[in-house]
Amino acid sequence: MKPPIFEYASPSTVAEAVGLLASRDGNAKVISGGQSLMPMLAFRLAAPELLVDLKHLKDLGAIHIDEDGVRLGAKVRWCDIECDTRLAVSHPLLAEAIKHVAHYQIRNRGTVGGSLAHADPSAEMPGVAMTCEARMTIVGSAGTRVEMADNFFTGPLQTSLEPDEILTEVHLPAWPVARRWAFLEFARRKGDFAMAGVALYYDLDSRGRVSNAHVGAIGVADRPIRLTEVEAVLNGNPMSEKLVATASAKARETVDPPTDIHAPGAYRAALVATLLGRGLKKSAA
Amino acid sequence: MQIEFNLNGQLVGADVEPRTTLADCIRNDFGQTGTHLACEHGVCGACTVLLNGEAVRSCLMLAAQVQGEQVVTVEGLSGDELTPLQAAFRKHHALQCGFCTPGFITTAHALLSHEPNADEERIREVLSGNLCRCSGYIPIVEAVLESRSFYQDAGSK
Repeated sequence: MKPPIFEYASPSTVAEAVGLLASRDGNAKVISGGQSLMPMLAFRLAAPELLVDLKHLKDLGAIHIDEDGVRLGAKVRWCDIECDTRLAVSHPLLAEAIKHVAHYQIRNRGTVGGSLAHADPSAEMPGVAMTCEARMTIVGSAGTRVEMADNFFTGPLQTSLEPDEILTEVHLPAWPVARRWAFLEFARRKGDFAMAGVALYYDLDSRGRVSNAHVGAIGVADRPIRLTEVEAVLNGNPMSEKLVATASAKARETVDPPTDIHAPGAYRAALVATLLGRGLKKSAA
Repeated sequence: MQIEFNLNGQLVGADVEPRTTLADCIRNDFGQTGTHLACEHGVCGACTVLLNGEAVRSCLMLAAQVQGEQVVTVEGLSGDELTPLQAAFRKHHALQCGFCTPGFITTAHALLSHEPNADEERIREVLSGNLCRCSGYIPIVEAVLESRSFYQDAGSK
């Protein structure tokens, strides 16, 4: 359980960090809080030649909130989100989801950028990013690019990040005050990885019908996913017990979760249906 | 590589491999074996130390990452006398084999330093990041609950 041998660098600018990553032809990794990477190193699931620590990079640790939405620097920690009281209004879905992330000590180190780049299919932040159509700002040798969450997550622990690229910021679009939402997940112990989770939001049109429904799920595929067929069931209809039941049934039918040591696929599918039903009821209350 | 940091109030230096975890550095380079290592992958909480006053898992950090920072281990919390928190652990029999105890003490100390009015639910939530394989959680929670008054008094002075 000891990490393999590697070199360590702590550059002071993003450009310098990108240069270091580029110099190793895919054999360098970024570290910041290290709450996902350190276990990977301990298990020797990762064995980079060089770790590039973002510790000295300034300006990546801020939470900016304005009329365009919420921008989280890559080094924003879970405890920073927890302590930012503005988010209860500016992005309640994010604030609620982050309450489920890991345990106390990990929340003091773990970062938004780290979770997104690690791309665990059952992690909360990737689920929120996927559901909310987040935009990722990515800096590499070729310059800066912006990637939608949908294109960012490419598989289990896989993203579209190139070896010389660093995720610097995630942008969550503006959140209308009247928006309806819910985040629910199920884990045997709070703070552990969820067996399944659901993030959802929608707006109500002038006649009280659901519009702009966004439903995401974690822990049920090789990456966080949107349940577009469930969204289609919801859009255009007033919230009712019948609609909740139809949407839950659709969710159960459309997800195809893998079976692993923690739960059979069918159980996870049932969980998603149950969580979605509870979430929709909660959102309408 | 050479690193320097503040360990329990003293500036210390060591020559470590980049892959050395903070936990191994504290134990092996400085002989401060109060910080216990069990799972070594961030699940059990036994290795919890304070980094600039915040509870962190020292197995999930590199020694290189604490360059210039302040680290406090369980040894740094008390002098010759037990702290009120430690005394409460003894009073409530909040330890059996004792292996997990340093992690619980450092975690609870960080919590009560920041949130001296934490209620039982909050205490349980925070301590859920620490495992006691003797499963003696109830006395641990009782000890932490009782210790709150000392932190409340310290905060009001």
